[in-house]
Amino acid sequence: MIRLSAVDMAAQIASGQTSSVALTQAHLDRIASVDTDVHAFLFVDSQGALAQAAAVDAKRAAGEKLSPLAGVPLALKDVMTQKGVPTTAGSKILEGWRPPYDSTVVVNLKKNDIVILGKTNMDEFAMGSSTENSAYGPTHNPWDLTRIPGGSGGGSSAALAAFEAPLAIGTDTGGSIRQPAAVTGTVGVKPTYGGVSRFGLIAFSSSLDQAGPCARTVLDAALLHEAIAGHDPKDSTSINAPVPQVVKAAKSGDVKGMKIGVVKELNGDGYQSGVRTRFEESLELLAAAGAEIIEVSAPNFEYALAAYYLIAPSECSSNLARFDAMRYGLRIGDVNGASAESVMNLTREVGFGREVKRRIILGTYALSSGYYDAYYGSAQKVRTLITQDFNKAFEKCDVMVSPTCPTTAFKIGEKSNDPIAMYLNDIATIPVNMAGIGGMSLPSGLAPEDGLPVGFQIMAPAMQDQRMYLVGAALEAALLTKWGAPLLSQAPALAGK
Amino acid sequence: MALTYDDVIAKYEPVLGLEVHVELNTKSKMFCGCTTVFGGEPNTQTCPVCLALPGALPTVNEKAIESTIKIGLALNCSIAPFSRFARKNYFYPDMPKNFQISQYDEPICVNGYVDVEIETDEGPMVFRIEVERVHMEEDTGKSLHVGGATGRIHGAEYSLLDYNRAGIPLVEIVTKIVPGTGKYAPEVAKAYVAELRDILRSLGVSDVKMEQGSLRCDANVSLRLIGAETLGTRSETKNVNSLRSVERAIRGEMIRHAELLNKGERVVQETRHFQEDSGLTRSGRSKEQAEDYRYFPEPDLIPVAPDATWIETLRAGLPERPSIHRKRLQEAWAVPDKEMAAMINADVLNIVEATVNLGADPTKARSWWLGEISRIANDKDVAIADLTITPSDVAEIVALVNTGELTDKLARQVIEGVIAGEGKPAAVIAARGIKVVNDDGALMAAIEKVCAEQPETAEKIRNGHLPAAGALIGAVMKETKGQADAARVRTLLLSHLGQGE
Amino acid sequence: MSSLSRDDVANLARLARIEMSEAELISLSSEFTVILDAVARVQEVAGADVEPTSHPLPLRNVFRPDVVIPSLTSGEALSGAPAQEESRFRVPQILGEE
Ligand SMILES: [Mg+2]
Ligand SMILES: [Zn+2]
Repeated sequence: MIRLSAVDMAAQIASGQTSSVALTQAHLDRIASVDTDVHAFLFVDSQGALAQAAAVDAKRAAGEKLSPLAGVPLALKDVMTQKGVPTTAGSKILEGWRPPYDSTVVVNLKKNDIVILGKTNMDEFAMGSSTENSAYGPTHNPWDLTRIPGGSGGGSSAALAAFEAPLAIGTDTGGSIRQPAAVTGTVGVKPTYGGVSRFGLIAFSSSLDQAGPCARTVLDAALLHEAIAGHDPKDSTSINAPVPQVVKAAKSGDVKGMKIGVVKELNGDGYQSGVRTRFEESLELLAAAGAEIIEVSAPNFEYALAAYYLIAPSECSSNLARFDAMRYGLRIGDVNGASAESVMNLTREVGFGREVKRRIILGTYALSSGYYDAYYGSAQKVRTLITQDFNKAFEKCDVMVSPTCPTTAFKIGEKSNDPIAMYLNDIATIPVNMAGIGGMSLPSGLAPEDGLPVGFQIMAPAMQDQRMYLVGAALEAALLTKWGAPLLSQAPALAGK
Repeated sequence: MALTYDDVIAKYEPVLGLEVHVELNTKSKMFCGCTTVFGGEPNTQTCPVCLALPGALPTVNEKAIESTIKIGLALNCSIAPFSRFARKNYFYPDMPKNFQISQYDEPICVNGYVDVEIETDEGPMVFRIEVERVHMEEDTGKSLHVGGATGRIHGAEYSLLDYNRAGIPLVEIVTKIVPGTGKYAPEVAKAYVAELRDILRSLGVSDVKMEQGSLRCDANVSLRLIGAETLGTRSETKNVNSLRSVERAIRGEMIRHAELLNKGERVVQETRHFQEDSGLTRSGRSKEQAEDYRYFPEPDLIPVAPDATWIETLRAGLPERPSIHRKRLQEAWAVPDKEMAAMINADVLNIVEATVNLGADPTKARSWWLGEISRIANDKDVAIADLTITPSDVAEIVALVNTGELTDKLARQVIEGVIAGEGKPAAVIAARGIKVVNDDGALMAAIEKVCAEQPETAEKIRNGHLPAAGALIGAVMKETKGQADAARVRTLLLSHLGQGE
Repeated sequence: MSSLSRDDVANLARLARIEMSEAELISLSSEFTVILDAVARVQEVAGADVEPTSHPLPLRNVFRPDVVIPSLTSGEALSGAPAQEESRFRVPQILGEE
């Protein structure tokens, strides 16, 4: 049962073949069995989830009309507030904090009767590409437990790949939904900026952060996308327009006549050969499905990584200032006679991990007087250039595509002492965040040399998210025909307890 | 030897710069829906946004933007076609996010001016104060310092924070530097803040109560030798909380600077705090290193680009400018310049106006507020506005005098009672048993008694020496505890002594 | 060639309110030499003619009406407080200006 798609689970609940409680319990059992190995979850809310599931079952029994994903369990990235449920953003500084309010995403999940199983592990404050930066220890990739599950949303993607949940919520600032999806053989979508409310999403970089759906199929992702998207007056940057019809697109998967632009700059040196093999194969399948493959160029993408590592740290240096030991969270050094300032300094020293501190210091520098124009100001200009590159390319094509990341999952610990090497993971995903457009990653197979999943990235213009789902569904269908079974069926069975 | 003010202005020219913070009177806070009502129980007017809980996001109060644009228009500013909020980053426990959402290089209103008129040796003179910018920001929470001898921040063992005030909309109005006021600098500054307050009040955008902190002034002062081009080093005196203090603080700083400069010492660029009791300023903690606020555009908020229609609608709805309004009142009331200036100086003009609007005669209303009531306020050393007596009380008292139910003398007793907190005029009259004695029989008894007690004076009057009547009238008034109508007493007395018409 | 000295890092750490050991200051300053070289590339294309982008979407004038909505209770507001007293957040002594 836990290997079904979310759509099929919902259908079984709706038909009475199973109940939400049974389904939820099955997932809780699976978590109890395998999560000691995977460590996808930071908190499992068994009681809350079962209560929510029972309420859904009662609604069904009463004959109420249920939403398309009613009763299906979901794993929530620990960066989203959920009232009364521990929320840490993977940081020690928030250990034990229980928010007194729900994020809008959680409000929408509850409205749709999607059952929240618990909170998933992540790089501290979403800063990282491997989930090794969690203060609570790393998450392991279900394909190979010695490898990283991607990051920052490694917990969410690992939970999907380990069949601990059929749906998950991620957030994507520079690739934190798409890169974990790629390296775990799952689907992850970063909607257009403003498509999903950021209210209750613990901010890393406000102008880049965007929450989105994680799932094992394109259609499941689309259903979750529609459940959580929409205008929110509590988020000033939320788009006040109808949600793109992504479910319709995912069901259609018709790419005949669509122009797919291959980004010249995101496919060459530095990309693992197996990654390129799978990418080329996917292009052929899409061409066979009736799409026209063209090449497009985005000359300024090569500056995206540099601009990202100025903008995101700058914004985070300010966003994370509120973690000061005064109103909530950790407090260190509050001894007789200590000043508020020294307590702040000590708490932030102990409460933040190394990567977080590194970025706060970098951002503090980039914003400081005398350096602002050279760093933050220049990075914002690069942002304009990247957006112009996208706009020009989208004059020639409907979507743009690339491999999601240059390599497959690397070993835990392999890059943790080399920030620059770590940052390169996001080279293909970052331009999307810089321009605020939508991006999707879906599995395109396994790299022949290491047998690990490879991701295929689709990028669509702002508010044209449905185009990613059209192409994603087409490719998914073609690959399924080729493989005969979903990619995850090739993942090793986890021993469990 | 301490310098006198005359010594200072004989040698130096003061240059001013004024920053005024105004709390807007919106119903909800600047960036969240919490109420702005003053005086709630601690931390009952807070939410995830104004407590800066993780994940919370600000949203802009439209009314606050509208009020700010109105202020800008009333101060003759241009309204920027595009403006942005910025984050001003610095750590302080009363500021939950550890940044203040403010505006930096793209404020909403720029380049305005306010004309203020003051009385000079050469008669009334107008000074133009140029306004550099008007921008929006948010207030901080309030801290209570516990332990230590004085309850002050220094020596406190710990602090308690209430965030009810955090996020209340503030508008900051910043002048350009103001040279050329010479010896009138303190008066000009005071008149500017008063004019600003009147403008803001006429717009209805703020309670403008300096004592409650809804209008706060920071005064920058520097001196340079008369004729010098370059500016001297300035000091910034924070949160000067009354009009009188604005004047005193600037005068005090001018003298302090001059004393330093005369001794060949340097003025330190620093923040200072005005002390109400001494009229002097005290140095704030001088910062070892200048703060670097690391301003950048607030990514959580969308730029403000007011369209011309909105601006013009707001412009069309602006009320009469207070200076024009004053001229109109002066004409309508037929008040001489000097009297008008006295009312403005005593800050009673709008109270008198309210009293007149409730039916009182302008002359009477003016004389009560400027006379008896001002005197009591002075004795108590409080502002007239802080007395419990209201324009409607005074209007009522004036009406009672007009109908003869009160004499001026009794009216004074009623006013005193109202101010003493004994209730509204009717309650004071009832409780104190105040009434005009109109009973001729009772008056005649008192007159006969007084004439018997002072036979020689009575005899003088009988012989036609009328000025002597005053003493006997006074005695009768005393006899009747002041409740008699003095004119009636006079008539009866004179006729009793054979001097009636 | 951009770089940050140990003292530069110490000053930034002070601004950012993070206590740092001597070893951390030194290791960060050497890391920053590499990182700053990498990020300084943005200056190559950031010409005066390029407008900066602060917000990814070109939205304008997003306001909310001036309507009061219920606040948290003081109990909820203080629920995460490390220390509290008389319904207020209790914090260590604040050294600074009045
Ligand atoms: Mg300010
Ligand atoms: Zn609030």
